[in-house]
Amino acid sequence: MTQNKDIKIHVPVLARVEGEGALELDIENGQVSNVKLRIFEPPRFFEKFLEGRDYNEVIDIVARICGICPVAYQMSAVHAIERIFNMPVHPTVRALRRVMYCGEWLESHSLHIHLLAAPDFLGFNNAIELGEAYPEEVKRGLRLQHLGNKLIKMLGGRSVHPVGVQVGGFYRIPTKQECDAILVELKAAVEQAEQLVMWLADLSLPHDEQDFVSVALRHPNEYGMNEGNIVSSMGLNISVEDYQNHFQEIQAPHSTAFHSHLNGKPYLVGPLARVNLNWDTLHEPVQQLLQNTGIQFPSKNVFHSIIARAAEIHYALLEAIAILESIELEVPPVKVASKAGVGYACTEAPRGILWHRYEMDAQGHVVKATIVPPTSQNQARIEEDLRNALNNFDLNKSDDEIQLHAETIIRNYDPCISCSTHFLKLTVNRKCGES
Amino acid sequence: MRIEKQIADSSPKPSVAVHKFTSCDGCQLAFLNLGEVLLSLSELISFTHFAEAGPVNPDEPVDIAFVEGSISTPDEEERIKKIRENSKYLITIGACATAGGLQALRNSNDMNEWRAAIYPSPEHIESLEIATPIKNHIRVDFEIWGCPVSPRQVVAAVRSLLSGVKPVMENEKLCVECKRVNNVCVMVTKGIPCMGPVTQTGCGAICPTMNRDCYSCYGPAENINTFSLTNRFRELGLSNERISRRFLFINNYAPEFEQAGHNALVTNKHDTK
Repeated sequence: MTQNKDIKIHVPVLARVEGEGALELDIENGQVSNVKLRIFEPPRFFEKFLEGRDYNEVIDIVARICGICPVAYQMSAVHAIERIFNMPVHPTVRALRRVMYCGEWLESHSLHIHLLAAPDFLGFNNAIELGEAYPEEVKRGLRLQHLGNKLIKMLGGRSVHPVGVQVGGFYRIPTKQECDAILVELKAAVEQAEQLVMWLADLSLPHDEQDFVSVALRHPNEYGMNEGNIVSSMGLNISVEDYQNHFQEIQAPHSTAFHSHLNGKPYLVGPLARVNLNWDTLHEPVQQLLQNTGIQFPSKNVFHSIIARAAEIHYALLEAIAILESIELEVPPVKVASKAGVGYACTEAPRGILWHRYEMDAQGHVVKATIVPPTSQNQARIEEDLRNALNNFDLNKSDDEIQLHAETIIRNYDPCISCSTHFLKLTVNRKCGES
Repeated sequence: MRIEKQIADSSPKPSVAVHKFTSCDGCQLAFLNLGEVLLSLSELISFTHFAEAGPVNPDEPVDIAFVEGSISTPDEEERIKKIRENSKYLITIGACATAGGLQALRNSNDMNEWRAAIYPSPEHIESLEIATPIKNHIRVDFEIWGCPVSPRQVVAAVRSLLSGVKPVMENEKLCVECKRVNNVCVMVTKGIPCMGPVTQTGCGAICPTMNRDCYSCYGPAENINTFSLTNRFRELGLSNERISRRFLFINNYAPEFEQAGHNALVTNKHDTK
């Protein structure tokens, strides 16, 4: 019946995503004919602000690109700059950076699972409503988020736009007492993370197997985070410097964020891509628990992203514990000798690979900066997913149901539109067939 | 009746909206990072609009509106006016909303050139010539500075209004906070060019606590002497350009810092005020 009329659904703002964007959906003859995820980032021109700034100003500036993943921006920047200056990274600094990144994965993933995504799968409008029905589960999630924030705070003074990272190391190394105190909390949280994984595995997630390419950072000895090669499920294996020879950024007229393609096609970055590609480097208890869920990885169901995210919470706790239990806190004072050159780095932000390139002069000032955030990389993939998923969806369902399904698909990617956005409006245009 | 009192008397409980403009989302996290306190807070107030947390009712009248982000597109210019009409008490949160934010750095540059440098098809990018704080467009009842604001600051503001009083402005100098937490001055003892003497408190003096310089993410304090600090920085060996960049940073569009950043380039040490 609905085939016989034109229908427009208009949602002023899509809820429960970071930032605001718009979705345009055209349905013609029962088929999705056009889908555009519109990202209206009021351009903030960060790459231009960076020009002329010195190396440590860069670390403080790039954090401001994203309030939810500032550590990721600082990590990609600091590594790229240290490569230009040809500075070795002290083992303690390397380990503490990994701990800080674990903190960001913990807080960002916990926030996304509980405040943004889980209400979709349990039939609630938001986390406050979810919290009334599932008080213990939501409190557990908020505690995990809080613990992640605490870990960042130990190394960065605060969790949003932390101030501890500098080129060459940290402004302040935490004390043994601080590390021991947080270790107690981390250990106590492991059981909560295990419960979280099992709770989410019991959700009735949509079954929607799709063919997509996963892309992640891979390190031979550890779960990819700050170092490694960029690999794909199609066999790509390249150094970080080689990124632009394989990945293309394209400006779409409907978006102020660039779309990214790998050899001309969309691809997936983020927790599911990482678990798919780096399963063998997860800690054994994380693998074991995932096996207990009965879900097979690598998975082609993008809705398993929420499980992958929870598994990374579990991983981040175990990894931070392992590092802090054996860490030597002696670090020589930071000495920086700037050099001219070009440096690249790619690290795993909570939402996927975050690629930076800097060109610096001999005084350590930025000549040119290029930043590719994970959400712009996933944007083409989100549109492809919407097209596939909605064509498999019963389009005779009510507009509300179609809209909720479309929103659920978008939220499942945890798009960080604030790195790149404005308004998320949903417009569904249905056109009736000629016959 | 005073507006604060009206809010306190709101029945069953005061309504709150959290709006986003051009920003990084980091100040909204002051709410979302409250942990279990977020659940307690939602017993005292009701969030009628907070897109990131779920509720979307941007046009509903509310008692308290928190506004994050600066105004940088024609659409935002219109949107903020409607929000003002619908809000009894409007609070800006963060450097972007209160002072234009880091993105206001574009205000002194040719934006068209920047747009063309980043985007191959700049005609698709809609953006005002300058990024401006909320108060340049509408009346603001209370400002919370900081990049980012802290959970303590936003909860204190809500609590004050729930008690029927105006929230307290924290604009004394960071140096005072350093003294309170027993920090050794990084500028006096190590010669680190710290912005503390011209920066307002509220962050907890985290940078000097981490052995580094304050870079003024909380913006100018009351009655500041940027001239003296500029001279002190020169004595520490900083170039005019570097001193200028110290002021033209997170709160570059705050008038005191904009002026000081400009002056650092054109004045010499022996110039008088």
